Amino acid sequence: MLLINIAGIILIALIVWWFWLYKPIEAELGENDLVITVENGTYSPSRIKVPAGEPVELKFIRKDESPCSETLLIPELQISDTLPLNKLKSIQIPALKSGEYAFHCQMQMYRGQLTVN
Amino acid sequence: MSTMKTESGDVSCHEGGTTTTPHDHHAHKAHHHSSENNPGPQELIIEGAGCASCVGKIESALKAVPGVENAEMNFAQRTVSVTGNVDAADLVKAVEKSGYNAKIAAAESEDDALAEKEQADWAYYKRLMREMTIALSLGVPLMIYSVVVGEMTVSTTGERIAWLAVGLLTLGVMVFSGKHFFVGAWQSFKNHSANMDTLIALGTGTAWVYSMVVVFVPYAVPEMARHVYFEATAMIIGLIDLGLALELKARGRTSEAIKRLIGLQAKTARVIRDEKELDVAIEQVLMDDVVRVRPGEKIPVDGEVIEGHTAIDESMLTGEPMPVEKTVGDTVAAGTINKTGSILFKATRVGKDTALAQIINMVKRAQNSKPPIGRLADVISAYFVPVVMIIAVTSALVWLNFGPDPAVAFAIVSATTVLIIACPCALGLATPMSVMVGVGKAAEAGVLIRNGEALQTASKISAMILDKTGTITLGAPKVTDILVAGEQHEDTILKLAATLESGSEHPLALAIVESAQEKGIETGKVSNFNAIAGHGVQAEVDGKTLLFGNEKLMRERNIELGDFVEKAQGLAAEAKTPMYFAVDNQLSAIIAVADPIKEDSIAAIKRLQHNGIRVVMLTGDNRATAKAVAEKAGIKEFFAEVLPEEKSKKVQELQMEGEVVGMTGDGINDAPALAIANVGFAIGTGTDVAIESADITLMRGSLHGLADAIAVSKATLRNIKQNLFGAFIYNVAGVPFAAGVLYPFFGLLLSPVIAGAAMAFSSLTVVTNANRLRFFKAQEH
Repeated sequence: MLLINIAGIILIALIVWWFWLYKPIEAELGENDLVITVENGTYSPSRIKVPAGEPVELKFIRKDESPCSETLLIPELQISDTLPLNKLKSIQIPALKSGEYAFHCQMQMYRGQLTVN
Repeated sequence: MSTMKTESGDVSCHEGGTTTTPHDHHAHKAHHHSSENNPGPQELIIEGAGCASCVGKIESALKAVPGVENAEMNFAQRTVSVTGNVDAADLVKAVEKSGYNAKIAAAESEDDALAEKEQADWAYYKRLMREMTIALSLGVPLMIYSVVVGEMTVSTTGERIAWLAVGLLTLGVMVFSGKHFFVGAWQSFKNHSANMDTLIALGTGTAWVYSMVVVFVPYAVPEMARHVYFEATAMIIGLIDLGLALELKARGRTSEAIKRLIGLQAKTARVIRDEKELDVAIEQVLMDDVVRVRPGEKIPVDGEVIEGHTAIDESMLTGEPMPVEKTVGDTVAAGTINKTGSILFKATRVGKDTALAQIINMVKRAQNSKPPIGRLADVISAYFVPVVMIIAVTSALVWLNFGPDPAVAFAIVSATTVLIIACPCALGLATPMSVMVGVGKAAEAGVLIRNGEALQTASKISAMILDKTGTITLGAPKVTDILVAGEQHEDTILKLAATLESGSEHPLALAIVESAQEKGIETGKVSNFNAIAGHGVQAEVDGKTLLFGNEKLMRERNIELGDFVEKAQGLAAEAKTPMYFAVDNQLSAIIAVADPIKEDSIAAIKRLQHNGIRVVMLTGDNRATAKAVAEKAGIKEFFAEVLPEEKSKKVQELQMEGEVVGMTGDGINDAPALAIANVGFAIGTGTDVAIESADITLMRGSLHGLADAIAVSKATLRNIKQNLFGAFIYNVAGVPFAAGVLYPFFGLLLSPVIAGAAMAFSSLTVVTNANRLRFFKAQEH
């Protein structure tokens, strides 16, 4: 029983670490054309590094049929746009100050983040 | 090499019945003029370019074509953008010669995009229904078995073999009907995020794995807990697929308003180029093209009438039911319907620039924006899934430690149920779905709401400030009286006044100039024109110094007014605006101008007051006129002689009194007040709407739009609250029950299947409730 309890507590700790504390590597929006794929409930890459102070273009391609994934929201920038299925869509991002900006789908099930610095 | 596809082929010529008019020639010139000065890039889609080195080859092939200024290829998108004055077909040929295929990328119309979306949705719907059918055809019989026959326990070898078969069938269901949940869960796990798929995959997966353990090694679990939950796995997957499918259907209805707006766009236009009439796709109409529209046809793009006259039904755009007469010089808007006559017009705004396209764009954006009320739900949603996973683990541990026998089974059931019931998707959908329908509903009534925040604030408005001219009144004043001092002739005065005012853009000035024009009086030359804000104007005409304005101005200049003050007051009491006219510092006349109150202003103001809103009128006009107009309009509170820069101060004053202030105005001088008000309402004059300037734009002149906007926003907010409540009950309040808090008191534990059904139908409930807003009707008027 003790073992099970310890295992349970470790499991909780793992959940906290994996979903909250761990910061995955950010993809850089550089010279190469970075395309964010919307598929299977995720944006990939989901963490994108963007230079501060200059407008950039994010390219999305939605391969997920779920209607929720159709809407892309960046609440802090008041950006909301629809992503057509299987078609490249560019979203213009204005010049931003350093910081973190979340983007997500309508239900907030698909989540990503722009890291500006 | 495959066959070349060029879309220039769909430009069909209609030479029969074409008559050459002087305008045709003009059109021809206009078209060329436009393409020389503003060629605009042409986009080609390249096929067969597999390597990065192709880029240079294609670009140089295109640059070699005479007329091409620049060609730039985007390798990632396989498109090339060409600038210069050149025929698209020549570009395609050039690419073909260099060994690749090219086709012209036609701008995708909203219509096509919508059709494509609907097709994709339909395919997805069918897939979900198919998956649901498979899952439920296993789940339902198993459920019936468990209810009718009883416990699904594993004790004999025969039972083990039978349940193994069922377990494998369930695995089949998980692969066929539930694969998307498992793939999604794995993908998001890799991404360090958790979502709905995570919860469903964990819940159903746990139930299945536990059942298989019971089948394979029954001795590993206590005898009382040797129970299989295959029916739960199959049922949950089936029910959630069903929920998703029904939600998809219901979602389609929420975008009805935008569909209707998109449907207003014409597909083709008949343009006159090179003295020929051609039917071209709407995307190919260029600025300055001359377009012919016949009775019954839709206006394809925005423009200015250059020949003919007609009546145009603008109701779909403005909500104004009466057709509007249009003649040479008037503007026409895309999406409206030409009723009676045939007209030629010059395209002034095409493609994404037409008022209709901008409206569609704005409604779409507003539909996806969130009012502040949804913020808490957003914060909850963001942390919800990992929290639920922790609750599920904790709940299982509590059952294992303190639960009655069979503790393992209770632990499994409670953890599975917690995972399944607690999807935050309904919470996430609660706000956007209502906003989507509400904003669309408002657009149908000719009210453009800029974003979710404006929608929410509009529902709380307690005081409404109305600008007088152009808002309560028509904004088209007419000269009603000219009272002359001394011996001069009325027409002489009018000529001088009109000359003076010809330099001003004030609506009252316009009334005087128009009045002179009607009498055939020509205006002279004006010099040293000086507008004195809030007072009047001054200028020199024929060596005389003319002064035209209100009593304040005259007093400041020490002009003797005599009994004309009384005469002016008499005119003002009749809701006319009297203005003093002085020549060389001598009072010469009073010219009175009246601006009639709009037909439905009185009823609309009554409606606002009836709904408990304090209505206040604001005007730069003199007190007596303002009072007369306010009385006629049924407004008790008004501020007269307000200078343009003071308008925003009045808004602030009301805000200091604790009012949530709505400000309604039509002019540029209202902009600061519109900006400072809690909600700024701009009155768009018919089709030429200043869409971006205000929080809410009323596309028709009627003040009923205000009451409609407030009514829609109130209904939407109510709907959002219902949705949030519903989603909260299902997803948040459901968690403790799923974890088993009721068990110690009532011996109740929620079944995972019930949880699955609740979860599946929570989103559906929210979307369906949002859809009820579609039937909302603003109060009849």
